[in-house]
Amino acid sequence: MNKAQMTLREIKTRTTIIRRHVVQMAAEAKTSHVGSALSCVDILCALYFRVMKTHPQKWDEPDYDRFILSKGHGVMAWFATLAERDFFDVSLLKEYAVDGGRLGEHPDHGTVPGIKVTTGSLGHGLSVGLGMAIVKKIDQSPSRIFVVLSDGECNEGSVWEAVMYAAHQKLDNLVVIIDFNKMQAMGRSPEVNAIEPLAEKWKAFGWAVEEVDGHNIENMVTTLERIPFMKGKPSVVIAHTVLGKGVSFMEDDLLWHYQIPSAEQVKQAFEELKLL
Amino acid sequence: MRNAFVKRLIELAERDKSLMLLTGDLGFKVLDQFRDLYPKQFLNIGVAEANMAGIAAGLALEGKRPFTYSIAPFATMRCYEQIRNDICFHKANVKIVSVGGGYSYGNNGPTHHALTDIAIMRVLPEMTVVCPGDPVEAAGATEAALNHEGPVYLRLGRSNEVVLHEKDLDFKIGKGIILREGKEIALISTGNMLEISLKAADVLCASGLSVRVVSLHTVKPLDEPLLKECLENFPAVFTIEEHSILGGLGSAVGEFMVSQDIKQAKLKCIAAPDYTIHEVGSHEYLRKICGLTSDQITYTIQSTIKEWQLC
Repeated sequence: MNKAQMTLREIKTRTTIIRRHVVQMAAEAKTSHVGSALSCVDILCALYFRVMKTHPQKWDEPDYDRFILSKGHGVMAWFATLAERDFFDVSLLKEYAVDGGRLGEHPDHGTVPGIKVTTGSLGHGLSVGLGMAIVKKIDQSPSRIFVVLSDGECNEGSVWEAVMYAAHQKLDNLVVIIDFNKMQAMGRSPEVNAIEPLAEKWKAFGWAVEEVDGHNIENMVTTLERIPFMKGKPSVVIAHTVLGKGVSFMEDDLLWHYQIPSAEQVKQAFEELKLL
Repeated sequence: MRNAFVKRLIELAERDKSLMLLTGDLGFKVLDQFRDLYPKQFLNIGVAEANMAGIAAGLALEGKRPFTYSIAPFATMRCYEQIRNDICFHKANVKIVSVGGGYSYGNNGPTHHALTDIAIMRVLPEMTVVCPGDPVEAAGATEAALNHEGPVYLRLGRSNEVVLHEKDLDFKIGKGIILREGKEIALISTGNMLEISLKAADVLCASGLSVRVVSLHTVKPLDEPLLKECLENFPAVFTIEEHSILGGLGSAVGEFMVSQDIKQAKLKCIAAPDYTIHEVGSHEYLRKICGLTSDQITYTIQSTIKEWQLC
């Protein structure tokens, strides 16, 4: 199958497979952040299976699109997506968070194909992506830079430094997708900090803003294929998502920012994540 | 030093289009010529050093060789995690240039002084730390930094530093320069203390001592052969820097001495104290408060060698 030309139905099947990988990885390696990984699976699939110009071998060539997972703690979803997109073998997912393994709990460049930027501390990825976008403009390259942020990450001042400057530089080759799962480490995002009105904030900073259901692949693909939304403006997609999406008992429950699924819970999750 | 840096950078930017200059909205007049000559290689990021460091990393990851420019504390401390994660973790070709090493910004007060920048930059894996001693070294260091693979911290003084080298240098990162040869006392200076070290040496020589003066512009990696030779062969070795006594050149040399087990060596570190100077005053005035004028350093050296019973 040419995975760059998957039908929406096939992509949806991938999202289920990837969610199963994520649950299994978290359970086997006993790591947290399963909820944050599940919330961005559909975003990653829309990008990797349809929107981005990427390739398992050529991904780092100058005219290919760039991807930065600025919310590095969602990396299980990224690893599983890269594996399903043939960047490396699915068996490598077994190396997640084990001694001597290649896959850490946050993405580190140079470990596996597809990862160019190390993240983990929030508020870094957008500035780095901005720098890349400037080079692509100078080089007149068609390459675009996609950066996925979390909503909690938007608490970081450095994000807004980059937001302001990207608009100033008119970087319409820079695209941010916010995995707006409404939850951050200590509580619901709007209860921790004044994140809302999020769209208005980005608009006021000079970005072209679209809001989508971050679990509706079709909707996201259609939206992301219209990039740039406005010529001369960077684009941001506020993707409304649910923490732990796909596994009913994890959904919208802060506990799953931390909790490790038990064997019984994995079984239950797999029953819900049925392959059609 | 900063003018020498910019002048050389302009020459380099002409032939190397991957060179870019980023500023955190500082360098009024100083950077104008560069901006006007090479607008496509120049970015004023605004007052946002964290963003500047991250952008520089992104530029470098796509093949550019950016220099970032600001006053020392803002260029280093404000964006320290970006320097570690975005620049050093990726071994990115970013050259961090700071002006105002030590108390150079005098009356601007402690927010603008940089007394711990060498310490925090040299502990970063992958980072190279260069502190030129005069405008000639600053120009040489600029070119060497551009050609060096990986991150470099370039700590400049401010302006009006005296030219101490008679002609242009073959500047090499990690290779100290002997400006005056001697046999009994080695003065190892880094950064903007070179002029004062040479003045102190003049007085000491006039009193009959034989003094070697080294500009150890590169604090990391150290010029180990030269240092070893100084520590083994000189009855007294002094490090001189306008930086905290903690973590700078003196610490680096001390660490080296211990690692090499050079037991017979006598080392004293002349540096700024481990407390914040809140007094108002010029660069010269603040140096005096800290015992960093040439007269005070001469006195410190004389009393130390007396104490060590070397004369």
